[in-house]
Amino acid sequence: MRKIAIYGKGGIGKSTTTQNTVAGLAEMGKKVMVVGCDPKADSTRLLLHGLAQKTVLDTLREEGEDVDLDDILKEGYGGTMCTESGGPEPGVGCAGRGIITSINLLEQLGAYEEEKKLDYVFYDVLGDVVCGGFAMPIRDGKAEEIYIVCSGEMMAMYAANNICKGIVKYADTGGVRLGGIICNSRKVDFEKEMIEELCRQIGTQMIHFMPRENQVQRAEINRKTVIDYSPEHPQADEYRALAKKIDENKMLVIPKPLEMAQLEKLLVDFGIAN
Amino acid sequence: MSTKPTNVEEIKKELIAKMPTKVARKRAKSILPGTEMGEPIPEIQSNVRTIPGIITQRGCTYAGCKGVVLGPSRDIVNLTHGPIGCGFYSWLTRRNQTEAGPDGENFIPYSFSTDMTEHDIVFGGEKKLRAAIKEAYDTFHPKAISIFSTCPVGLIGDDIHAVARTMQEELGITIFANSCEGYKGVSQSAGHHIANNQIMKHVIGTDDDTKIEGKFKVNMLGEYNIGGDAFEIERILEKCGFTLVATFSGNSTVQDFRVAHNADLNTVMCHRSLNYVAEMMETKFGIPWIKVNFIGAEASAKSLRRMAAYFEDQELIDRVEAVIAEELVAVNKVVEEIKPRTAGKTAMLFVGGSRAHHYQELFKELDMKILGAGYEFAHRDDYEGRHVLPNIKVDADSRNIEELEILPDPERYKPRKTEAEMARLNEKGVDFKGYEGMIEGMGKNAMVIDDINHYETEKLLEIYKPDIFCAGIKEKFIVQKMGIPLKQLHNYDMGGPYAGFNGAINWYRDIDRMVNTKVWALIKAPWQSTGPELEATYVA
Repeated sequence: MRKIAIYGKGGIGKSTTTQNTVAGLAEMGKKVMVVGCDPKADSTRLLLHGLAQKTVLDTLREEGEDVDLDDILKEGYGGTMCTESGGPEPGVGCAGRGIITSINLLEQLGAYEEEKKLDYVFYDVLGDVVCGGFAMPIRDGKAEEIYIVCSGEMMAMYAANNICKGIVKYADTGGVRLGGIICNSRKVDFEKEMIEELCRQIGTQMIHFMPRENQVQRAEINRKTVIDYSPEHPQADEYRALAKKIDENKMLVIPKPLEMAQLEKLLVDFGIAN
Repeated sequence: MSTKPTNVEEIKKELIAKMPTKVARKRAKSILPGTEMGEPIPEIQSNVRTIPGIITQRGCTYAGCKGVVLGPSRDIVNLTHGPIGCGFYSWLTRRNQTEAGPDGENFIPYSFSTDMTEHDIVFGGEKKLRAAIKEAYDTFHPKAISIFSTCPVGLIGDDIHAVARTMQEELGITIFANSCEGYKGVSQSAGHHIANNQIMKHVIGTDDDTKIEGKFKVNMLGEYNIGGDAFEIERILEKCGFTLVATFSGNSTVQDFRVAHNADLNTVMCHRSLNYVAEMMETKFGIPWIKVNFIGAEASAKSLRRMAAYFEDQELIDRVEAVIAEELVAVNKVVEEIKPRTAGKTAMLFVGGSRAHHYQELFKELDMKILGAGYEFAHRDDYEGRHVLPNIKVDADSRNIEELEILPDPERYKPRKTEAEMARLNEKGVDFKGYEGMIEGMGKNAMVIDDINHYETEKLLEIYKPDIFCAGIKEKFIVQKMGIPLKQLHNYDMGGPYAGFNGAINWYRDIDRMVNTKVWALIKAPWQSTGPELEATYVA
């Protein structure tokens, strides 16, 4: 079983990219579980054709300790297993602690056991690595491979670099490695070249350049992944390609995060200077 | 074994010799000899962060706020918002005593907590706090509820002050909250300040309708009725003819706090924990304050005389003298009987923010010698005297604690004495706002150590072998295992009261018993025994 976590700046398209890629893996016949680690609980909407009924934390709150795995795991597109950790409403409590609680519960309930015959677990994690709770999936070997969703926009690259720092922190203790950066295009000038250079400097690969395509939006409105909604569309093939690359990926590294000055120079060299 | 060091500087060198360089450098600034009367007082490092891992005596900010200042009041429901441990381990540990009063409202025997669990941490604890307030109200109908924040509450950002406001509106009783998360500040001292601020903001002077009768009205600040100390002080004050309006906070009620602004003099026992209220009440209401000490018969007499001098009433002055004379008969009788057995015995005290100073009086009355003393959580003014206040550097940890801006009350500010009167009284020795601190007069052969740690404690015991050591529960059993009796000065073990004249007598008898028994020295740990050793061999 490969354990993968997807990180990236807020709004960059982590959930969309994760679900579309998982749909590609499911189509290849892989058994995948998706764990949404976002209090908004919208990480599995496209696979489940709507929001999951109940999050892990909601269930824990209502049922007490007596929780069954079936209460929190829902089957989605292509036999994928979907669950949402959930969390407090904005502005109260501690969402980070919530993620720790729900991942521990999933482990206790045996969601990851051999007999489940899972090929992949995907953690879709909110925003940047903001505190210990959000780093939970990369601690203690909960996730072994990280993919960062990024674009050519400065703040997205800044966030990607920050996440790399988080990975370095846990690389020794948790054994986590960076699998690559997925460029989710925002149609920034020289975007592909810039991200390729960023990857080179960090010591990783741009595993795929995902073109910007309105079909993704159309599928989302219909609560579906592109592969599910329009299997013949060229964008569906892009996600299939990314799924295949992840499946075959052997390049797992400890990243070398850039200094702020290096990052700015990169932007100047490729972006603003031109 | 090396030769035994004899003077304070040599002992200090030995204390820090085995410490890492940086630690030794920092600790050196908190260890110095006492001074003779009138000598210049050196600067002592205090109220700074403890070195992590060094095993300090100190407690946390929550302990200072809930456990020390507000906990001893009897009819306020003191509600801990946090996991159950914080509430449980601050429950009755200081032996603050109370009378149930005519209304029978005494919540001291209870421990109130919201019992936060993981679920409340994740989803926020405000709902549970509101429910707990409602439950406490429905069950007890208290006049006031005070909420205390623990560490996780600060981390998840529950707005306890907003909850207090809305619940106060809903229930129509006084409800206020203290942001006294344990991690705030360097010791419990920060919690004292926070509690001072909140009772000043929410309680003191909130009742102008009740009139307080009495000619000589005083408040007692920083007296917590441990082992019944406040009962004894109440007895003496009444006998002298003073009217005690409010004690902060031993054997007190919320109503006492509400009318405390009617007093004409504030007397401060524990300078460290309640000086803030004294200062703020002077600014807001015009009530002057003096430092008093009711620990020690002589010190009690001195305090009473200064209180009487303040009121400038010959009848009061005469009555105080008569009371002192009468009380001292019994005191002197016991002292004369006991002193031959205690004279020349030695003591060390490492405790509190005033106690390590106050209790030296009682030891001196028994002709005992103080080898060393120090506070857990005091500031420089408690060691060096209040004249250093303008020179104390406010660091980031202290800035973290709110400093209230208090102005004279437009209607109720009424200076009790004119500036000329104050100056005249000062010349007569009333000494407004005066506190000379601990160091002066301890003598150059005594050690002063701030925030002592376990290693230093053990070293000192080895070197000095005092006849008695005064500290708290964390030190008690280690010290006794080393053969030396330990008197707890946080909770008096099972003893007390030790304040006032009857208290002094109790103290003499208890200390006589402790320094003249060999029980601790006679008990040997199994490995210290010299008897035949059991041996066994493994036979295949």
